[in-house]
Amino acid sequence: MTTITDPPTEQFRLSMLVNDTRYRSATFQAIAVILLVASIAYLGSNLAKNLREAGLNISFNFLSTPAGYDINQTLISYNNQDSNLRAAFVGILNTLLVSFLACITATILGVFAGVLRLSQNWIVRKLMAVYVEIFRNIPLLIWILVIYGIMTVSMPGPRAFRGDDATSSMILDAVAFTNRGVYIPAPVWGPGSMVVAAVFVLSVFGMFAYRRYATKLLYDTGRLLPMLWPSVAIFFVPSVLAFFIMGSPIGLEYPALKGFNFQGGLKIGAPLIALWFALSVYTGAFIAENVRAGIQAVSKGQTEAAGALGLRPGRIMNLVVLPQALRVIIPPLISQYLNITKNSSLAILVGYADITATLGGITMNQTGRAIECVLLLMLFYLVISLCISLVMNIYNNATKLQER
Amino acid sequence: MAETARLQVSDEVAISITNMNKWYGAFHVLRDIDLTVYRGERIVICGPSGSGKSTLIRCINALEEHQKGRIIVDGTELSSDLKNIDKIRSEVGMCFQHFNLFPHLTILENCTLAPIWVRKIPQKEAQETAMHFLEKVKIPDQADKYPGQLSGGQQQRVAIARSLCMRPRVMLFDEPTSALDPEMIKEVLDTMIELAEEGMTMLCVTHEMGFARQVANRVIFMDAGQIVEQNEPEEFFNNPQSERTQLFLSQILGH
Amino acid sequence: MSENNNKPAVAFVRDTPIPASAPPSNAAGPIRWVQDNLFSSWGNAFLTIVSLYVVYVVLSSVLPWMLGGVWNTSSLAECRDVLNGRSAACFSVLSERWNQLMFGFIYPSEFYWRPTLAFFLMLIAAAPVLFFDLPRKMLIFTGLFPFIAFWLIWGGTILSPLLALVGCLLGYMAYSKLVTRTFAAGFFGGIAVATLVWWIGGLLIPENASENAMLPAVASRDLGGFMLNMMLGVTCVSLSVPLGIALALGRQSDLPVVKGICVIFIEFIRGVPLITLLFVASVMLAYLFPPDATVDLFLRVVIMITMFSAAYIAEVIRGGLAALPKGQKEAADSLGLDYAQAIRLIILPQALKISIPGIVNVAVGLFKDTTLVSVISMFDVVGMIRGPLLASTEWNGVYWELFLFAAILFFIVCYSISQYSQWLERRLATDHR
Repeated sequence: MTTITDPPTEQFRLSMLVNDTRYRSATFQAIAVILLVASIAYLGSNLAKNLREAGLNISFNFLSTPAGYDINQTLISYNNQDSNLRAAFVGILNTLLVSFLACITATILGVFAGVLRLSQNWIVRKLMAVYVEIFRNIPLLIWILVIYGIMTVSMPGPRAFRGDDATSSMILDAVAFTNRGVYIPAPVWGPGSMVVAAVFVLSVFGMFAYRRYATKLLYDTGRLLPMLWPSVAIFFVPSVLAFFIMGSPIGLEYPALKGFNFQGGLKIGAPLIALWFALSVYTGAFIAENVRAGIQAVSKGQTEAAGALGLRPGRIMNLVVLPQALRVIIPPLISQYLNITKNSSLAILVGYADITATLGGITMNQTGRAIECVLLLMLFYLVISLCISLVMNIYNNATKLQER
Repeated sequence: MAETARLQVSDEVAISITNMNKWYGAFHVLRDIDLTVYRGERIVICGPSGSGKSTLIRCINALEEHQKGRIIVDGTELSSDLKNIDKIRSEVGMCFQHFNLFPHLTILENCTLAPIWVRKIPQKEAQETAMHFLEKVKIPDQADKYPGQLSGGQQQRVAIARSLCMRPRVMLFDEPTSALDPEMIKEVLDTMIELAEEGMTMLCVTHEMGFARQVANRVIFMDAGQIVEQNEPEEFFNNPQSERTQLFLSQILGH
Repeated sequence: MSENNNKPAVAFVRDTPIPASAPPSNAAGPIRWVQDNLFSSWGNAFLTIVSLYVVYVVLSSVLPWMLGGVWNTSSLAECRDVLNGRSAACFSVLSERWNQLMFGFIYPSEFYWRPTLAFFLMLIAAAPVLFFDLPRKMLIFTGLFPFIAFWLIWGGTILSPLLALVGCLLGYMAYSKLVTRTFAAGFFGGIAVATLVWWIGGLLIPENASENAMLPAVASRDLGGFMLNMMLGVTCVSLSVPLGIALALGRQSDLPVVKGICVIFIEFIRGVPLITLLFVASVMLAYLFPPDATVDLFLRVVIMITMFSAAYIAEVIRGGLAALPKGQKEAADSLGLDYAQAIRLIILPQALKISIPGIVNVAVGLFKDTTLVSVISMFDVVGMIRGPLLASTEWNGVYWELFLFAAILFFIVCYSISQYSQWLERRLATDHR
């Protein structure tokens, strides 16, 4: 046997840059970097040249100048003398508001429709299929415009509620649908209302604590306490008691017709409703498909195996099917949330003042700072989607199946 | 049996592995492997799972990279030079446990792909060669079917034919029968025996001890990344020297 | 009792097979079906009745409105006269403004046959791509189609599409000559030859070639209506597939720099809404081109939408690549195929086949998203409705009919594409892969 254990080292040749596995990847990566830098430099020089020719520059000073326009739906105080930055911030909050609302309703709708698509009832199944197909195959933009149309064209004006020969009336004297938006009662937080709220939060915790305790008792002693009724009781009873003991501190302010318009209560503008509702039903159709796929992904063998062990149908659902189905459902669900957030940018169509409509719409048009506005806009959405994918990664890592 | 044992082994070296080591991260998979394969040898490698036997033969055609030591196949050093790697791969045929036929190509296309693209043989000639080898593995009538339409045993025979179309000088088999139903194992083994009788140099990772007795001129037992014992089959099976070999043989032959 | 009966009979041979018989009458039939599917329990029966009521309410309000619609008046006022207080649809806006909805309001009406012809040719061109059983020779027409369609829709001199075609053909010939040596030689050789042909040819085509051309030229900004949606959808999807493949391969590559570039690109595009990319197209992209180049809005929008869908298609293809067993690459390696050959001959054909349903889904989504161009004041079908139609004096106030029409148009296209995708998925599942 030879004593040489490693191959003799060769003299370096230029051809080894491509042919030798040791240098090959470095060569290709170097080429990639050079190409990238070259194209960025090319685009950058074009940009600089064009800006110079147009007499423009890149500057973010416009953010601190007064915006000069009004926003009809704001979550924080704002007037047209506030800066563009604050207007953008109002927009961000509005984006988050409509996304958040739509995420909740879309999830409810989607889970509902997805479960019903697997119903034993033929006609329910078919109706849900029609819902899913109709909403998935027609652009969201059309839905937003249609629902906005229903809100503004078909709803009565506030005038219709007036006088003795009113053609429209408020529902339960509390909710009014008008072409300017929907008026609902606003909660009024009186003194002592914080106590009620605190009791409510505590009782939610208490409910979960009770359920944990019951499970622990089952595991330790084999004794099974009833779950459902005590949970419901813990959820409601203390809050209701506290509410009356504190002397009904939380009241409602009803909207009322004063002059030509409704006063008081909470106004949800037509644009917000159109956007919220359209995003919900549209995304709900997609979520329904995810939910259906998730439940179907749990193989029938799992249900059968659990049944063979003697578990009752309810327990099979809770202990065997749902934990597995959620693993399949939640990742696409989270990306649907991301889609909702991105699609909320269509607000600009109906004049809902989200970030795209404020920063990317009016501010951009008034200041002419197109490049800066578009970049900031993209940055905002990127941050949101990075946050959402972070959540997704955490979830995926936490629930990864332990497999060989 | 007696006939195959008489097969000549030349003294020309086909593969020479010297002091070869391989790690997966910190895990030392192959330790100081020294192995010289002469032309015409039929070597069976066995050992418990995780002993590194598959890794060893996958190192020979650079499917896995070794970190230390030398591998010389047919006088070509397996180095980091891609040209050498490509040369060795086209000289060495390999059959996998899961056949790895290309499901989107017909049997005939599976067999002609590499000759056309690697050896630059004209299509017509490549097809003639392919039909020749398909006849040899006894499935010329399936040439226009897709792999998915064939049984496992047929697929593995196609895989052997596909390798042979490259006219390899060495054949590597990585557990060629362990994914097969029992009744299909024989047809694949028969093909391999035929190949051996024609003097092909073969390295075969397998647990088919009958095959080893009948065809091999050398049996190698590996454990924990090392070659523990090697011997002629008669001697290996009847009179194993190492304790670990004895234990292994008693476990797989015991039932 | 005889002794025989005490022994259990173990041995048994069946000599007469039992023939299949019909099920008992209560296990099949329509009544049984209704029982099982509609009224299996009280809850179910309740659901059935509620659903039937919902269907009745919807149909009873929508059907009369639709069926009683008026199709042949020339303005809303006239239509209202005809309806005479009856609540029904004024579909006459559709028949009267059909051409505008389809082609936009500036496209010269005497040339409507050109995009129409291009549309039907597109169906022929798409067929062999969508249905594998059709003769492969039809792909030749698919290859020619882009040039024909360009010429038909934009018109102008036939020399430019012809030159583009010749460049592509010569480039392809150079590629197939050189690719047997190495892929890189073929790829760059092909591009070099094509560029050379285009450059030389571009010098040869006279400036005024478009004057008095067989098909008079139409400017990009004159395109509109549903035609614009179709053109954007088809162009961007077909352009983004190759780009998506490259991005997916880059993302799977073991070169960290290449992988990093691809990941950043894909995640960036997927992280922002399409609308912001369209803003880029309308207000920003022009700054990135050389000052003397004029790139019209249509092309800028095509660039951005292509990048957008390429990122999504890349993710679909990445899934397809990941779904392939590792053994395929190993088998290709062990036969001595190099990286480019293994990818081109073994990996991609299989990965693409798996990815087709996903790509089709992206295509449906993208097609729906082409309506967003109305935000940057391009007059696609939604843009036409929101702009010129609703603002016109004749039809100001026709709202539902127009949106219903647009919705049905998109539904037909998207639903049939997604049905195709499901059919394909079923077929691939049973295919002899």
